[in-house]
Amino acid sequence: MSKSPEVKLVNVPSPNFVPEKDADKPLVLEAAHLGIDFGGLVAVDEFNIGIGATEICGLIGPNGAGKTTIFNLLTKVYEPTRGTIMLGGKDTHNMTPVQVNQMGIARTFQNIRLFDKLSVEENVKIGLHNHIGYHTLSGVFRLPSYWKEEKKSHERALELLDIFGMADLANVTADSLPYGAQRRLEIVRALATGPKLLLLDEPAAGMNPSETEELMNNIRKIRDEFQIAVLLIEHDMNLVMGICESIVVLNFGRIIAKGTPSQIQGNPQVIEAYLGTHRG
Amino acid sequence: MNMIKNASSASKKAFLNYGIVIVFFIVFQTLVSTGNITSALKGQLIPIVCYMIMAVSLNLVVGISGELSLGHAGFMSVGAFTAVIVSSAMGDAANPAKLVVSMIVGAGVAAIAGFLIGIPVLRLNGDYLAIVTLAFGEIIKNILNCLYVGIDEKGVHFAFNNPDALGMNPLGKVVINGPMGAVGISKIATFPAAVILLMIILIVIQNLVNSRTGRAIMAIRDNRIAAESMGLSPMKYKMLAFTVSASMAGAAGAVYALNYSTLVPKKFDFNTSILVLVFVVLGGIGNMTGSLIAAGVLVVLPELLRKFSDYRMLVYAIVLILVMLVTNNEKLKGRIDTFFKKFRMNIAKGGRKK
Repeated sequence: MSKSPEVKLVNVPSPNFVPEKDADKPLVLEAAHLGIDFGGLVAVDEFNIGIGATEICGLIGPNGAGKTTIFNLLTKVYEPTRGTIMLGGKDTHNMTPVQVNQMGIARTFQNIRLFDKLSVEENVKIGLHNHIGYHTLSGVFRLPSYWKEEKKSHERALELLDIFGMADLANVTADSLPYGAQRRLEIVRALATGPKLLLLDEPAAGMNPSETEELMNNIRKIRDEFQIAVLLIEHDMNLVMGICESIVVLNFGRIIAKGTPSQIQGNPQVIEAYLGTHRG
Repeated sequence: MNMIKNASSASKKAFLNYGIVIVFFIVFQTLVSTGNITSALKGQLIPIVCYMIMAVSLNLVVGISGELSLGHAGFMSVGAFTAVIVSSAMGDAANPAKLVVSMIVGAGVAAIAGFLIGIPVLRLNGDYLAIVTLAFGEIIKNILNCLYVGIDEKGVHFAFNNPDALGMNPLGKVVINGPMGAVGISKIATFPAAVILLMIILIVIQNLVNSRTGRAIMAIRDNRIAAESMGLSPMKYKMLAFTVSASMAGAAGAVYALNYSTLVPKKFDFNTSILVLVFVVLGGIGNMTGSLIAAGVLVVLPELLRKFSDYRMLVYAIVLILVMLVTNNEKLKGRIDTFFKKFRMNIAKGGRKK
């Protein structure tokens, strides 16, 4: 299994840290004291995270720990009850999911949410939507800008699909793809929106070990090529330990540990959260 | 030709629809000019085209945008009565210009009505649009029942509930007379004009659907949350589809109204809205070809069933049920598909032999 060399983490304004290479660049995302209550239930509390410009960060924790809730908070599907989210130095208070996407967050979903009846290429083109520069009326009257921009977006879509070797599937409807390919298509579609931070919710779920291996290489390739940050939720520890530069561990809505993969692997609290306490 | 060959399946479907409309026009225009058509069917030609426009425009909302609208006839009546007022106010302007202006103003006013309804409703998820458009259709019908409009040399006069309040001079002409509806309309709509409108509307809808905007509308229909996370504003695109659809219904209403000498508001009631919805559902949701054919056949069907006299609507209902059963039958569909595949292969083989 290909493994990234362990990186040294450096402190940025406490209590966050980023890999050394990103230390002098501004943070992509900074969340402070983030929390949300559903009725009386505190789902997430005191969540602090800082993500460096080209960092791959893992968010792990047992089922029900609140990982996906955090994704929903960061993308504004939920408005947080407490705390702030700074995106590229801007507060996202009261913003909509549409606005935060335009500011540079794109995500995939744990339960795949593709546009089922549209083709693979159309799915990617929808991701490209805000980068296709023609007006509705140019589309209706088929003005030159329509043909020019459609051609450009067609080429761009194939280029993006090619990252995962899916260019030959462009005309297949999304719901007829196998499960693993659907997950990959979601990543391509998210990437098409031109994000600075990519949120991946269990990208390797349902993939076999060789597919997972390929996915790891691709995530790294995407990061290097596009120079973006990645925050991923994943239960596959090979993947998390293999590509993440830093890891945040969540349990019962709170952070219980942060650090490099090797720090996390040896952390007794993390082991306890995953395996339970040793009794008797 | 090369362009058509390289076109995607979506644009092939679009060309099929243009072909259907052109064939439909040529066939009936020949029948009319050679006099081989019953006067009953001849009188139905323009309404058929109007209902086709209604069906494809409602399909934009129901099929492409995925919202249910139960008040499409309401927009039709807005367009219809606006067109009557405009065409009367234009007096004796030359005909094509008068028809075109009436249609455009009718479509515009219907679009405004659609826009105003959309603002509060399309923010919400769920079936609220169905409820509100249902109410809109009824409200518009009742408003038009109380509306009096007259025209004299000073201009257009409006009154509500009381015809005496029009305050016209005795030479003025009442155009819309409350529950009696529009009276003394000049019948300026023609079959070719209606078909041209249908063609324009088909082109607009199909070009819209196969563009960046259409993809956004369908993305929001398929998965609202994912579409939002891709940076698409659901409100904006639902609004666009709904307003465009309302304006098209308005244009259809304009042509429809200018084909009759009198027109009552009751014509555009809930039943008409449901009738148009039946065209859409029967033709296949999101399928423009189906909408065209269903509208054409179902408008003519009651006429053709006249010989069943009292049992007419019963037979009509049975036909509807049978069509639904057949078109939703997977087995039958598979057989038809394989038949067409064989058919095509035979043609291809025949072509090679030559």
